[in-house]
Amino acid sequence: MSKLQGLLFALATVVLVAVSTYYFVARDWLPELHSDRGAIDAAIWWSLLVTGIVFIATNLLLAYFTWRYSDTPGAKAAYWHDSPKLEISWTAVTAAILLVFLFNALNLWGSLVDPKTIPADAVTIEVTAQQFAWNFRYPGQDGQFGKTDVKLADPEMGNFLGTDTKDPATADDIVTPQGVLVVPEGRTVLLKIRSLDVIHSFFLPNFRVKQDAMPGLTIQTWFKPTKAGKYEIACAEHCGLGHYKMKGTMFVLAADAFQAAMASQEAFDAASGPLTQPTQ
Amino acid sequence: MTHVAEAQAGHAHDAHDHAPQAFIWKYVFSKDHKVIGVQYYVTAMLMAVVAGLLAMLIRVQIAWPPATQEPQTQQVESLRLSPPPAPIRAATDATGSVLTKGYAKMDKGYQMKPEFYAMLFTMHGTIMVFFVLSTAPVSGFGNMLIPLQVGARDMAFPFLNGLSFWTFLPGCVVILLSFFVEAGAAAAGWTSYPPLSALKSAVPGSQMGQTLWIIAMVFFIASFTMGGLNFVTTILNLRTKGLSLFRMSTTMWAMFLVAILGLLAFPALIAGSLLLLFDRHFGTSFYLPAGIILSGKVMPNSGGSPLLWQHLFWFLGHPEVYILMLPALGFTSDIIAAFSRKAIFGYKAMIGAMIAISGLSFVVWGHHMFVSGMSPYLGMAFAVGTILIAVPSAVKVFNWLATLWQSRIQFHTAMLWALGVVSLFISGGLSGVWLGQSAVDIHLHDTMFVVAHFHLIMAGAALFGVFGATAYWFPKMFGRMMNETLGKWHFWFTFITYYGTFFPMHYVGISGQMRRVYNPYEYDFLKPVQDINVFITYCALILGVSQVIFFINFFWSAFKGRKAEGNPWNAAGLEWTTPSPPPHGNWPGEIPEVHRWPYDYSVPDAPQDFVLQTDPSPIGALKPGGGH
Repeated sequence: MSKLQGLLFALATVVLVAVSTYYFVARDWLPELHSDRGAIDAAIWWSLLVTGIVFIATNLLLAYFTWRYSDTPGAKAAYWHDSPKLEISWTAVTAAILLVFLFNALNLWGSLVDPKTIPADAVTIEVTAQQFAWNFRYPGQDGQFGKTDVKLADPEMGNFLGTDTKDPATADDIVTPQGVLVVPEGRTVLLKIRSLDVIHSFFLPNFRVKQDAMPGLTIQTWFKPTKAGKYEIACAEHCGLGHYKMKGTMFVLAADAFQAAMASQEAFDAASGPLTQPTQ
Repeated sequence: MTHVAEAQAGHAHDAHDHAPQAFIWKYVFSKDHKVIGVQYYVTAMLMAVVAGLLAMLIRVQIAWPPATQEPQTQQVESLRLSPPPAPIRAATDATGSVLTKGYAKMDKGYQMKPEFYAMLFTMHGTIMVFFVLSTAPVSGFGNMLIPLQVGARDMAFPFLNGLSFWTFLPGCVVILLSFFVEAGAAAAGWTSYPPLSALKSAVPGSQMGQTLWIIAMVFFIASFTMGGLNFVTTILNLRTKGLSLFRMSTTMWAMFLVAILGLLAFPALIAGSLLLLFDRHFGTSFYLPAGIILSGKVMPNSGGSPLLWQHLFWFLGHPEVYILMLPALGFTSDIIAAFSRKAIFGYKAMIGAMIAISGLSFVVWGHHMFVSGMSPYLGMAFAVGTILIAVPSAVKVFNWLATLWQSRIQFHTAMLWALGVVSLFISGGLSGVWLGQSAVDIHLHDTMFVVAHFHLIMAGAALFGVFGATAYWFPKMFGRMMNETLGKWHFWFTFITYYGTFFPMHYVGISGQMRRVYNPYEYDFLKPVQDINVFITYCALILGVSQVIFFINFFWSAFKGRKAEGNPWNAAGLEWTTPSPPPHGNWPGEIPEVHRWPYDYSVPDAPQDFVLQTDPSPIGALKPGGGH
């Protein structure tokens, strides 16, 4: 009986290793990358490689031991239970591998979050989340966003943010329709993310960007789109009933087309007509 | 050690020979640790049925969500004044609780409502984490095993022990009742992040349901704290003569550490929950900043921060993860030693690893918040702790493998579960190395990858640990043996479908599929993974249904199973020196003295292939613990 169960456990473990490894490599699960954040993908691939090797090795050992040492008449177990040399070495090797991971992880994190890496020509865009839509605002020629006050918000009139029209800085601000984000190809985009109600999370699967929108805070994150096209924006933090529908579209335009569209609200409205048409 | 022996002797006098006879005092308001342990255990299992059914409904929805009506593409003329989107509100025909009105009649028959779905994943997580996987291994087996494995007549404070169960039970009742209140149970996720959980109009479950969630949590934490005090005191003060700390089983070490973790971590959540209650009902703003506008209404709050809740919650939440896991790791070492007939390898390293994991568990909570907007420097600090915790975890796996090497494995049901824990610990642990790298977490945060990770390592290891412990210690619980055939069928169904359910979630997670989404296929980029989600759901449904085998086996064996001897497994631990089931007071005569650790298996020159912990003969490892 023991023999059969041991064989089954070993088999099950080998099948697990084979099937899971096959599916990890047979299909490229990551959404296509279209930003300068390839380093995240590299870290994912390194993680897959190293943890994959450990996964295969430890599981094969487990399979071998459960098959090889299953109880048979007359079998006898060994009596030993300590080996400082063995224990110290595997602890040290594990720690060393993990320290390499840690070193890379910290470097990578630093390169993604250090504000000093924001180039001077970055395009600043304000992202404001609310149940269940994304609002986008551009500061216009003056580089200043107009003041907002939620008391001025008037959704009926399309003023979701509570934009203060009396503030001179508001005049040249550009507001896109809810859920429509337009960014230039090949230029760094600096997002200033905030929320009007609950916590949301701004997620661009194809760009390896995810940042919570936290009420009370304005959080910035930046990335460089590398390919013109139309991409999905998702909400990654449970924000209520309509969470699953809180999606948006990000249009990456060629740099000059973007420049032209962002000259003024009128220019944008004219340029964006084709963008917001349903495309099949 | 002498003061321990004296305390023990003193304790023996008053606790002995006072077994209550009336049914209500013996089985209901009992102070006997074994009865209380079983009460906790059975309650947790019944809660697991509820939480498991919720999970199955979640999976059905993810695999086959109703085709939602496409919102009409806005023909935008004036972009500055774009028309407001159709508001998404709770269906208004609900006059009862969401539970009774969870499904709405739509074009193609009855379909689940989004508010019902939010309630499902919130309550599944809450019930499983607190009322099942904290309760069954810790409160259930902790109470059952501590006096038996340390050699005590009962827990240090038997009345407090009974009180803790009777504080726990109202918590269960409240959380279950919350399904039936107007607008349904809590729906802000088991993490209850404000403002969603703080503002009543944010989501239907944030009405009465969320208040009951908080109340249930207060009951639970009060109960768990009483239990923790009892655990620590019993383990420190009531160990029998000769049982030094480093002769204790790994299970006892796990219970000891878990109790300390609970005592240090849970107060943060009870405080946090009360502040949330104040925000909800008394107009405070601990978690609510200025400038919130919800459904067109400007909230009067100002000055608070939702991040504060996340810090308080995860300061509890992360140690809590280890509260679930450590007992399973302890059980696994005990079971593997007994059924591989081999001493546990690297005993001190195993204990050291558990201590290291416990210590580190207090400095890693921020890895749940890498993308929350907290200071990026904090992200760095928390990545360090998180990656480091993989070292002691790896040590545990290596030591289990080394224990199996040159052993003689008897594949009883309990052993299969223990090997299952090792397998899940490997699979689930390795993905932790991915998620601990804060930059990688940017893509994987709040995706199904995380769901795969914690269901394998935390939920799976804890669940398999409980099943293993049940099969192993069943004789001490009921004086009977569980059915091995049913046990093995249950294991194989569970093992295969558990992997079938949770391993593929890695793939859809890497593809970007978010958690807690009512209909993932609203997004084009997720349409290609629907077939995998369907596969996962089939596995999850089989997984759920196959638990019926366990319940049949459990209840049938408890009443009709083969009668068990005192030591049916030929195991070496102290608990196997007493009859099955142990009498009131645990040992009929004097409490035996301990002379060695509980892992002396296959000792050369010994008459049998195990040497009981109470055996004074100078063979085997008298050592761990400094011995004589």
